[in-house]
Amino acid sequence: MNTKLFDYVERHNFIYDLSGVTKFLCFMIAGAAVMFTYDIRVMIVVFVVSVIAFFLSRITFRQIRVMVAYVAIFILMNIVLTFLFNPQYGVEIYGTKHVLFTITQRYTLTSEQLLYQVSKVMKYCSIIPLGMIFILATHPSEMASSMNRIGIPYKATYALALTLRYFPDVIRDYQDISVAQQARGLDLSRKERFASRIKNVLNICVPLIFTTLDRIELISNAMDLRGFGMQKKRTWYCAKKLTKNDYLSIGICVLLLLLSVAVSIFVNHSRYYNPFI
Amino acid sequence: MSSDKPLVSFRNYSFQYFAQAEPTLKGIDLDIFPGEKILIVGPSGSGKSTLGNCINGLIPFSYKGEATGSVKINGKETSEMSLFELSKTVGTVLQDPDGQFVGLTVAEDIAFSLENQCVLQDEMIETVKRVAQTVDMDHHLLNSPFELSGGQKQRVGLAGVMVDDVELFLFDEPLANLDPATGKTAIDLIDRIGREYNKTVVIIEHRLEDVLYRHVDRIVVIHEGRIVADMNADKLLAEGVLPPLGIREPLYVTALRYCGVKITEDLKPASSGTLNYDRVKDAVRSWYEAQPALPEEEYGEEILRAKNIRFAYNRDNEILKGIDFSIRAGEMVAIVGTNGAGKSTLAKAVCALVKNVSGDFYFEGDCINDLTIKERALHIGYVMQNPNQMICKSMIFDEVALGLKLRGYSEEEIQIRVHEALRTCGLYEMRNWPVSALSFGQKKRVTIASMLALCPKILILDEPTAGQDYYHYTEIMEFLRSLNKSGVTILMITHDMHLMLEYTTRALVVNDGKIIFDGSSVEALTKAEIAEAANLKLTSLHELALRCSISDTQSFIRQFIHYERQIRQKDPA
Repeated sequence: MNTKLFDYVERHNFIYDLSGVTKFLCFMIAGAAVMFTYDIRVMIVVFVVSVIAFFLSRITFRQIRVMVAYVAIFILMNIVLTFLFNPQYGVEIYGTKHVLFTITQRYTLTSEQLLYQVSKVMKYCSIIPLGMIFILATHPSEMASSMNRIGIPYKATYALALTLRYFPDVIRDYQDISVAQQARGLDLSRKERFASRIKNVLNICVPLIFTTLDRIELISNAMDLRGFGMQKKRTWYCAKKLTKNDYLSIGICVLLLLLSVAVSIFVNHSRYYNPFI
Repeated sequence: MSSDKPLVSFRNYSFQYFAQAEPTLKGIDLDIFPGEKILIVGPSGSGKSTLGNCINGLIPFSYKGEATGSVKINGKETSEMSLFELSKTVGTVLQDPDGQFVGLTVAEDIAFSLENQCVLQDEMIETVKRVAQTVDMDHHLLNSPFELSGGQKQRVGLAGVMVDDVELFLFDEPLANLDPATGKTAIDLIDRIGREYNKTVVIIEHRLEDVLYRHVDRIVVIHEGRIVADMNADKLLAEGVLPPLGIREPLYVTALRYCGVKITEDLKPASSGTLNYDRVKDAVRSWYEAQPALPEEEYGEEILRAKNIRFAYNRDNEILKGIDFSIRAGEMVAIVGTNGAGKSTLAKAVCALVKNVSGDFYFEGDCINDLTIKERALHIGYVMQNPNQMICKSMIFDEVALGLKLRGYSEEEIQIRVHEALRTCGLYEMRNWPVSALSFGQKKRVTIASMLALCPKILILDEPTAGQDYYHYTEIMEFLRSLNKSGVTILMITHDMHLMLEYTTRALVVNDGKIIFDGSSVEALTKAEIAEAANLKLTSLHELALRCSISDTQSFIRQFIHYERQIRQKDPA
C-alpha cells in the first residue's frame, strides 16, 4: 500500500547527488530566465539544458506518468483557451500580421499568434523538467532545509516537512474510517447518486477532522517539548554541503538568466523576438 | 538522598484548566531528588498526566489555567523559565510513539532538538550516532516511521530527548501502546538508561505490575487531584492502598489476598521476582486444593467458519497465508499476535473491509463470500479501536440510527431498534445528548450500540480497552461480557493478557499470516513458545503457581479467575 506523497527512489548520479538547495535555486533561476523572455531561441536553449538534466537524473517515465498527464491537460487547455479568448494577441505584441488561414473573421490564425502560443508552451516545457527534478530527485528530508537555506522562513518550510511526514498517516486514517463507514451502510461507489455520494464523503470527513485535530495537538506538544521555534534560525541534520558540481549547476543557470536578459537588451531591444519583420 | 537538594519540588501546588469547573491538582507537595526513580500511578482523570505536564512545562506554557503554589525545577520556579529552558532539564517521552515522531527518518527525529538549537551539522551527526547506539537503533537511522514497530519508535523518542543530556526523563504512559513483551523490554531499557547515566526517572503509568518488573524507589499515588500515598512499592502493596482507588494490583498480590495471605512489607511483594514464595506456599496450596471443580462452558452451533483464507496487498507480500478456524455461537474469542502478524487484516477480511480475499467464509453454514461490506455488516459488526474514527454525527441517537437510515428502514422501526440498542449499552437516558459530552468509554459504547442496532450475531472489536485504566477497562469488559451472555458472539483483537485471561475462553494466536495456536487462553499464557510468538508474557500467576509447587498452573489460573469473578459479582467495584 503506497501512501507516500512523493515516490522518492534512491539513486546516485550527477543530479541526485546535488544538494536540494541547488535544485531549488536552479529551478527558480532558470524559471526567471524563461519568464523574462519571449524569445523562442532562448527558451529552446533552456529547454535543451533542462531536458539534458532530466535525462541525467534517470528519473523513469513510470515515476512521472501521472504528473505528465496532468501537465499535458493543463497545457492543452491553456492553448485552446488562449486562442478562444485572445486570437489576435500575437498580432498585438509583435506588431505585424501574417495570416495563415481564416476560420471566421475573429478566428484568423496568424503566424504571430502561432509563435506566441508555441513560445508559451515552450516556457512551460522548459521549466517543468527542472521542477520535477526538485520534487522527485531531492530526498524528502532535504526539501524543507533547501527552501529554508535560500531565505524562506523555517517555520513555513517545516510545515512542508510535516506534511510529508503525516500525509500517509492521514491517508491511512481516511482509509480506516472509510471502510468502517461503508460497513455501516455508506455507499461510496458509483451506484449511488452523485449528491448523496458527496454527502456520504462528508460523513467520513467529520471523524477524519476530529482524529486529525487530536493528532495536531500531540504533534505540536511534541515539537514544543523539544524546543521548536525557540530560536530565529535552526540547522538541518539532512542538509547536503555544496560541492563543485553544485556551483557548476548554479553557474549554468545564472548564465542562462544572463543570456535571457542580454538577448532582450542587446539583440531584440525588447522582451519579444519578431522573426516576421 | 534527602540531604540533596530536590530536582523537582512542588509546594502546595494547585492547578485548574480554564475549561474545567474544578481544579485538576489540589495542594500537591512532592519532592523528587536527583537519581531517583519514581512511578506516578492513578486512575484516568486523577490528574497524573497533568502533574507530568507541570514538570515538563506544557503547563503553564501550552495549556492555560490558574495555578497557585509553586513548582520548582533545580530551585527555579518553572513559570519564570521558558519551555525551551525546561526542555534542557526535563526530557519527555510522550504516550503515543507514532504521533510524536516528527522527523521523516529516525536520524532526523533524534536530531530534532539539536536542529532547533542550531547545533552544527557535523556535531549533530556525531551525537545522533552515539545516542542511537545507546538505544540500539543505530542500524535504523535512515528508516521512516512506517518501517518501525511501536517499541522501536518509542526508543527513537527516548533517543530524541537523550541528545540534550537532560537530568530527568519523564515517561507518560510508556506501556500504553506496546504489547506486553515489548513493554517488558521498554521497562528494562528505561531502567538501564536511568542507572547507567545516573538520571532521574519519572514514569506515569497505570499498569503497575509491568512497571514493577524492575525496581522503583517510590510510588506516588494520585487520586482526584491529590497525592494519597508516597512510599516504596512493598509498603504500598502491604497497606493495600490501590484496590479501593480502582487501580489494579499485580495479579499475584491479588491472588495472595484471596489465599488469605496477609501482605506485609517483608514479603517483598513489589515484584514477582523478589516475592518470598516460601512463606506463602502453604496458604496458596491449601486455597487451591479447597476450590470446587469448575463447570464446563457450553456453546451452540458453529456460527462462523473460515476456510483457507489468503490475502495480499501486493504479489510479493502475502499477509494471510491460509487461515482456517471455526467459531461457535456464544463464544468469546481473543485474536492475538504481534504487530503485522495479520490479525487486524484477518478481522477486516471477515467483514469484507479488504478486497480480493481468497478462500471461503461461512456464516451459519452459508457461504458469505459474495456479500458486500454493507450486507455482511448485518451479520458481523466491526468496532474500531478509536471511537473518534467511527463517530460522524453530533447527536447520540442519530449516530446509532445512521446504519439503519442508510438501509432505508422506516422511522418507527429505527426508533425501536435504536432505543433497544441504547438500552443494552446503558445509554438510553443520554439518547438526546451530544456525543461530545461523553467520555472515551461512553463513546466506545456508542460505537458498539451503532453496530448492535443492525442486530449482528457476531461483533469483532479491535483493542476494545486500549489506553483504559482498570476501572474503565472493567466497565467496558463487563459490558461486553453481558452482551456475550445475551447471545452475541464476540471476537476481540487484543494485546492485553489480563483481558484474555479473564474474559475469553479461547485464543487464536496469529503469527506470520497463520494461526499457530487455537485453544484455551489460559494455555496460551502458560506456554512459553506460544506467548513468545504472540509477543505476550507469561502471566505472573503461572510463576506463582509453579513456585508454590502447583504443577497444573492452568487449573490454578482458572480457579483464580473464577474466584475473582464471584467476588466482583458480590461487590461490583
